[in-house]
Amino acid sequence: MTPAIELAGVSRLFGAVRALDDVSLAIASGEFFALLGPSGSGKTTCLRLVAGFDHPTAGKVTLYGEDVTGVPPFERSVNTVFQDYALFPHMSVAENVAYGPMVRGVGAVERRQLAREVLELVQLASLADRAPSQLSGGQKQRVALARALVNRPKVLLLDEPLGALDLRLREEMQIELKAIQQKLGITFVYVTHDQGEALSMADRVAVFRDGRVEQVDTPRGLYVRPRTAFVARFVGSANVIEGALARRITGSDQAFAVRPEVIEIRAADGPPPAGLLCCEGTLEEVHYHGATSRWHLRVGDAVLTAVRQEAAAAAAIPAHGARLRLAWSRESLVPLEAR
Amino acid sequence: MPALRAAAAFLHGRRGFYLALLLLPPLLWLGIIYLGSLFALLAQSFYAIDEFTARIVPVFTLATYRQLFSHPANLDIILRTLAMAVAVTAAAAVIAFPVANYMARYATPRVKALFYVGVMLPMWTSYLVKVYAWRLVLAKQGIFSWFVDLVGLTPALDGALATPVIGGPSLASSYIGMFVVFVYMWLPFMILPLVAALERVPGTLVAASADLGARPRQTFRHVVLPLALPGLAAGSIFTFSLTLGDYIIPSVVGAPGYFIGMMVYQQQGTAGNLPLAAAFSVVPIILIAIYLALARRMGAFDAL
Repeated sequence: MTPAIELAGVSRLFGAVRALDDVSLAIASGEFFALLGPSGSGKTTCLRLVAGFDHPTAGKVTLYGEDVTGVPPFERSVNTVFQDYALFPHMSVAENVAYGPMVRGVGAVERRQLAREVLELVQLASLADRAPSQLSGGQKQRVALARALVNRPKVLLLDEPLGALDLRLREEMQIELKAIQQKLGITFVYVTHDQGEALSMADRVAVFRDGRVEQVDTPRGLYVRPRTAFVARFVGSANVIEGALARRITGSDQAFAVRPEVIEIRAADGPPPAGLLCCEGTLEEVHYHGATSRWHLRVGDAVLTAVRQEAAAAAAIPAHGARLRLAWSRESLVPLEAR
Repeated sequence: MPALRAAAAFLHGRRGFYLALLLLPPLLWLGIIYLGSLFALLAQSFYAIDEFTARIVPVFTLATYRQLFSHPANLDIILRTLAMAVAVTAAAAVIAFPVANYMARYATPRVKALFYVGVMLPMWTSYLVKVYAWRLVLAKQGIFSWFVDLVGLTPALDGALATPVIGGPSLASSYIGMFVVFVYMWLPFMILPLVAALERVPGTLVAASADLGARPRQTFRHVVLPLALPGLAAGSIFTFSLTLGDYIIPSVVGAPGYFIGMMVYQQQGTAGNLPLAAAFSVVPIILIAIYLALARRMGAFDAL
C-alpha cells in the first residue's frame, strides 16, 4: 500500500545547523504516528516540511505517492493543529472553523453546517458564537482541532497540541484525540516531547535526536528493544551500562540497557544467585512514588535505578550507604548499538 | 526625617490623592495649553466682527459659518482639500503596506534597522527645505523631467500634465506635483504605525491560514489586513489630518487653488478676520471626526 507520508533522505539546513539530517520515514494511511524527541531534535522541523511551511534542503516529501516537495501548504490535503492554537482573534469560533471551507469557496449556508458538525464532534457546538479570547485553553484546543478537521484532511498534523494544558485536561484530551482519530480514520502525525503521551497514544513512534531518526518502532517495541542508549534513556528511563562496568558484568564490551523494574535487590552478603547477572552497589537515595519506590544505587562510577513494588519493600528499607546486590536475568538485558 | 516619613505615610494611605498629585501637572498642561487654547480658538468662530473697525465683538453669531458655507469658493476650497487628503492617504497606504509588511515579517533585524533609518532620515531635515527642494526637483527644467526625458517617457509626463484639473504647465505647478510632495512628506507617518500593527500579527496565524487552504491573497484579505487595520487607521489619521491642515506645501508647490490651511493663514493674518479663520479650522476637525466614525463603523478598532 502507498504510504500516506513518505520522507526520503530529507535534510533541512539552517545556515550550518542541520535541523534535519538525512531523515527517511514512511507513515501508513490511518496510522497514529508520533514524532518524539527533546526540543531541538528536529521533530517540529519535520512536521513543518510535511505541512509545507518549510521546504527541505535535500530529499523528497511524498503524500499518498504524490511528490509535494515544493508544493505550498494551501495546495496540500494536510491540516495542522498548532501548539499555540493560532485561532484568528477577529473571528468567532464558528467563523474560525468555517475558515477552510470559506477560502475554498463553499457557500455560507453549507459551511455553517460543516462547522456545526465538526464543533459537535469536539463537543463545542454551544460556544459557536464566542470569540476565541473568551475561551479556556482546553476549549481553544478543541476549536483548533475542529478547524483543522473541517476540511476532511487525509493527514492531520499536531504540533505539541496538549503542551499548554494542565495534567488532568491533557489526559482527557489524549483519550478524546485517540477516539476521534479512530472514528475518522485519518492519519495523525503527532509531535511531542512527552514520552508518556507518545507511548500511550501512538501506533508507532519515531524517536528524534539531533536531526536524525534514532529508531522507529511500536511503543512496546521501543520500550522492550531500544536500539541505542539514547532511546533506552529517553523512553522509560532505562539504566544504560557501558564500558568497564559492562565488561565486569557480562564479560563483553557491548553496552546494554536494563529496565529499573527488572532489577532485583538483595542483601550483599548472601551467595551470588545462580543464573543471574549481578553487581554490587551502595544505596544512595530512595524516592517514594506511592505504589512503587525508586532506589538509586551507586555502582562504581554509575548510578543505577531500580523500581520496587512498595508492598514488597515496605518491610524494611536499608539505611543509606548500605551495600546491596543488584541482580537481573540474562533475558531482560537489552544489547545496545554503539553510536 | 520624621516629617518626610509622616508625609509618605499620609500619601500611602490616600491612593487617590497621591495619584491626583502626580497627574495634576500633565493634566493641567494638556487641559490648558492644548484643549483650552483649542476651545478659545473655536469660540472665536462664534464671535462677530465689526465690519468697519475689523474689531472682534464677543457676541454670539452664526454669521461666520453662514459666510463660510454660502460662498461657493469656500466650498471649493474644502472639497479640494478633502479630495487631496483622501488621495494622499490612499496612496500612502498603498505604498506603505508592502514596505511595512516586509519590515515586520521578513527583514532580518539588521535590514529592519536600516529600513527604520531610511524611513525616518528624511524627517530629520527641515520641512521647509524639503518642500522648496521638491519645487526645484519638479520644475519644468528640473531633475525629474530631465530623468523622464532620459528614459524616454516625456510623452507620458506631458499626457499627465495635459489632464484637466490635476494637470498644469509643469509638475511643480500642478496638483499632481502637490500630491507627490504630500505623499513624500507623510509616508513615514503611515509606515511606522503599520509596522507596529503588523509586528503584532503572529506568524502562526499566517501559517494557519495557508494550512487551511487560503492562497496568499486570501490570507492577506482575511487575516493580515483585518488585523493590521488599527495600524492603518492610526497612520491614515496622521496623513489625513496633516494634509487637511497643511498650508506650506500648497503655497510652494502646485496649482494656485486655495487649501483650508492657506485660508486659515490668510484670514487670521493679512485679512485679519479671526472668526472666519477659526471657522475654517473647525472644518478639518469635523472631517476627521467623521472619518474616525466611519473607520470605527468599518471595524478598524475592533482588533485593538
